[in-house]
Amino acid sequence: MIQLAIDLAFVLEKAILIGGIISVSLLVAMYSTWAERKVAGFMQDRLGPNRAGPFGLFQPLADGLKLFMKEEIIPNASNKFLFILGPGLAMMTAMMTSAVIPWGKQIEIFGRTVDLQIADINIGILYIFAVLSMGVYGIMIGGWASNNKFSLLAALRGASQMISYELAMGLSIIALLMLTGSLSLKTIVELQSASGGWWNIAYQPLGFLIFIVCAFAECNRTPFDLPEAENELNFGYHQEYSSMKLGFYLFAEYINMFMSSVLMATLYFGGYDIPFVNDASLIESMGMNLVAVLQGLSLFLKAAFFIFVFMWVRWTIPRFRYDQLMHLGWKVMIPLALFNMLITAIVVLIRENGWPF
Amino acid sequence: MQMLTNRSKAVDRHPMTVWEKMYLPAIAKGMSITLSHFFKKKPTINFPEETRPFSPVFRGLHILNRDEEGRENCTACGLCAVACPAEAITMEAAERKEGEEHLYREEKYAAKYEINMLRCIFCGLCEEACPKDAIYLSETFAPSNYKREGFIYGKNDLLIPDPKKEPELYQKAVGERARKK
Ligand code: SF4
Ligand code: SF4
Repeated sequence: MIQLAIDLAFVLEKAILIGGIISVSLLVAMYSTWAERKVAGFMQDRLGPNRAGPFGLFQPLADGLKLFMKEEIIPNASNKFLFILGPGLAMMTAMMTSAVIPWGKQIEIFGRTVDLQIADINIGILYIFAVLSMGVYGIMIGGWASNNKFSLLAALRGASQMISYELAMGLSIIALLMLTGSLSLKTIVELQSASGGWWNIAYQPLGFLIFIVCAFAECNRTPFDLPEAENELNFGYHQEYSSMKLGFYLFAEYINMFMSSVLMATLYFGGYDIPFVNDASLIESMGMNLVAVLQGLSLFLKAAFFIFVFMWVRWTIPRFRYDQLMHLGWKVMIPLALFNMLITAIVVLIRENGWPF
Repeated sequence: MQMLTNRSKAVDRHPMTVWEKMYLPAIAKGMSITLSHFFKKKPTINFPEETRPFSPVFRGLHILNRDEEGRENCTACGLCAVACPAEAITMEAAERKEGEEHLYREEKYAAKYEINMLRCIFCGLCEEACPKDAIYLSETFAPSNYKREGFIYGKNDLLIPDPKKEPELYQKAVGERARKK
């Protein structure tokens, strides 16, 4: 008989970590809504929300309260179970990505060394792609269960967009994997933060460009926000949703945005690596815990920057037409990603075998 | 074709060059424009805390005037009510009694004086009609209210603070506009 020996402290440690990461992601998503409105305001020469609390900082609370107070409407002809499952699924898949992201190196509490990563699985990137493609279900189920033609069409639009861009995204990642030779996010970060190691953006600028464009499409953000084009395409797959279920969909979008920002920082910008210093020597001089905090902060700042870029692009670039979107996805992004892969493969081969000719 | 002005521009429909087809330079340009706006000074006026100065001819909420000794100027002649195109003013006259000389300047005064701010169009004709310098349009506007009745302003709401008892409030209520006259 196999005894499943699970250390209680281990379970506790992971539970606390999961709780912490989930609440941080929710908080970030909450304040992303505030930041979005502030950024929008500032870019349009306005001030943005500034009434609720200092600088409008309580605005997300007010918004949340408003959403909770709204009447909950479930259409008669809808499939009730799927209708409720949709937003739940969207939210869950958005949160699940956070499991494999390394948020910092290690901390030491009560003599235990705790990895700041929920699960260091060796197929981290595959896991992320699996979860990301599950995000389509949230949209599809929501649109289907609403029993509304417009919702269904919007859901189809969203699903096909996500699937097409996932391809190019995957291909751009493959090029990165050829360089690092590992699917584990932790190893990728460690390679980048090792002394003498460069951030991957230096090796993969084209790959990063493809990745960021696809990340925009994956998160349904402008210029690829066709699934939920409020004004011209009838609001999209969450048309029939009201109250907090709608809130969940919108919130999931912001969590997705945060997760993709973190992912971009992790894959291409050194993750929790503190720029310009040698982390290993810093640990010796400052102690492990303090450095872990700084590392977390550094990852967070990188992510915050990408979130800003998301918003910046949203308030700059108008939406694509659907055929343009598909054209860009299939005829530009995928060939470009393949080309990037080819170049990377050649370079890697040459580097390993020397010049063969 | 003869151009009427030289401001019209022909639409440029030349096929895109490779540089233009790359989109990214154009996107970078657009993003730099939006970023420059990010740091620009905002023209917003935070209304309740900051207010914009009114123009010198602004006609706002009415005030019923007092003279230097704090006596009401109005003699309830009704000329303002006649002049009013919106028929917003109603009043009831009363005779001044012995010992009320410090309250009312004239022998007859308005015991009740009401302006319906929902009817009023703030034309200022009442101000022009008044022979006693008793009514002015000030530099505030009627605040919002939940009820229609709330917009019928009686004497309490309209009378200017007593210049002797509350000189500061009086000065504030007089405003720039009355001083210019
Ligand atoms: S401002 Fe014009 S409308 Fe208003 S009360 Fe005076 S005369 Fe009547
Ligand atoms: S406000 Fe002037 S015009 Fe109107 S009743 Fe009084 S004195 Fe006459």
